[in-house]
Amino acid sequence: MNLLKSEPILSVQNLSAVFSDGNGDLQALDELSFSVQRQEFVCVIGPSGCGKSTLLRILGGLLQPTRGSVTFRGELLTGPRRGVGFVFQNSNLMPWRSVFDNICLPLEVQNASVSEIGSRVQELVDLVGLDGFENWLPRDLSGGMAQRVAIARALVHDPDVLLLDEPFGALDALTREQMGDELLRVAMHASGDGIPRKTIIMVTHAISEAIFLADRVLVLSPRPGTIRMDVPIDLPRPRQEQMRYTQKFGDLAKRLREAIG
Amino acid sequence: MMRSRRIILFFVSMTALLIGWQMLVNFGNFPRFILPSPGDVLKRFFEVVQDGSLMRHIATTLKEVISGLALGVSFATVLGYLIAKSRSIERLLAPYIVASQSVPLVAIAPLLVIWFGPGLISKVLIAALIVFFPVLVNTVVGVRAVPEDLHALMRSLQATRWQTLRMLEIPAALPVFFGGLRVGATLAVIGAVVGEFVGADSGLGFLINVGRGLYDTALVFVAVFVLISIALILYGLVVGLEVRLLAWQRRAED
Repeated sequence: MNLLKSEPILSVQNLSAVFSDGNGDLQALDELSFSVQRQEFVCVIGPSGCGKSTLLRILGGLLQPTRGSVTFRGELLTGPRRGVGFVFQNSNLMPWRSVFDNICLPLEVQNASVSEIGSRVQELVDLVGLDGFENWLPRDLSGGMAQRVAIARALVHDPDVLLLDEPFGALDALTREQMGDELLRVAMHASGDGIPRKTIIMVTHAISEAIFLADRVLVLSPRPGTIRMDVPIDLPRPRQEQMRYTQKFGDLAKRLREAIG
Repeated sequence: MMRSRRIILFFVSMTALLIGWQMLVNFGNFPRFILPSPGDVLKRFFEVVQDGSLMRHIATTLKEVISGLALGVSFATVLGYLIAKSRSIERLLAPYIVASQSVPLVAIAPLLVIWFGPGLISKVLIAALIVFFPVLVNTVVGVRAVPEDLHALMRSLQATRWQTLRMLEIPAALPVFFGGLRVGATLAVIGAVVGEFVGADSGLGFLINVGRGLYDTALVFVAVFVLISIALILYGLVVGLEVRLLAWQRRAED
């Protein structure tokens, strides 16, 4: 299937990242190479501290790699790009802004017109099911609601690529599964809402979450992170709740679990 | 409910204070030039209100306080922001700023009066100097405390420096900044009075000096009470502004 697609939207070559702290150098990533196709959903999993978040920040242009390169839409990535939406570990909302104002931040930064902001933000509010909560402050939201706001904010300027850094890590198991479904609905199968399917790269440490959501799972080794395994997830879409309990799902989970070590 | 209770408590404590004061005068047998009674002070208050002199002195001091506060806060905010953003600026300036704080203001005040004369300017500078430090420190702390992830968010959106300042740094630093402003507002009153003590021909500090020279103790009391009122009103204004601007925070305190 991937053979039919043209050049990858994102391609990583021999990527290494070394940070120096007070006690010397710390190698976070070591010689990573992979590429991501347009509209592909890739999950990156690995033990904590393996450099997953570092990788995502490099892909988002927020960090510079020590060696190697990232090519985004055929161009060398040197810094943050328009067309990328970022969802952080905690919801990372501005506590002084209401739900509505938090979602409209990216449009405000792009100096969009007030009327454009109004309709577009309302569209996103409806899409993530926060209708009626527009004027609430982040402190009054539950963890799941706050993360919905964060996802809406990442989508509001209609990026092609969505980078998610353990977006559901702070949520309880049930909310977490719900949010996964939501994410698929909102970002992958929402063509009915006029939103084109996104390319998504998501960091997580939950194996079943990765299998349920992704087209492909990259397993990183402990630090310094290298790609230990690149596993295609050939479960049919749209994904359904009961797939979690199939033999195939279980086999994939077992394989990934063993690969993480 | 809470508000009316606070007001009642205030009046109860005020009445108790006044009764205690009156009793001290009655039983202590103090001469009026040592400790005037509340009635004496009130009488003196109406005298200076009627001849218009009190208003003139209040106007002088208020002008010094407000200008000094504005000047001190402006400088402290700009410098505080630069220090928070740049380690090299901090290393360059921090020793001088800390050193300046170890010199008592009353020691610098005469110098400023010599250099800038007994008029408005020297008082404004003294008030600004005393306001400067708490506002500076709180600006630095506030700007440094802006969450790193929110900075990353703004960078990922390719926000300009100005957008980051306006949409992130100012609102995020405001709560801590206001802590400094509260302290600064009351200190500005002290600064102006210190300046007036050193050399002035009007103002409430000058009035205290006059009252002391004439053993007009009731007048000293009048000036002191007016100063307290000015400081309280100024503090109240800052708190009022804070409550308005930081409505998003209020829920947490209740």
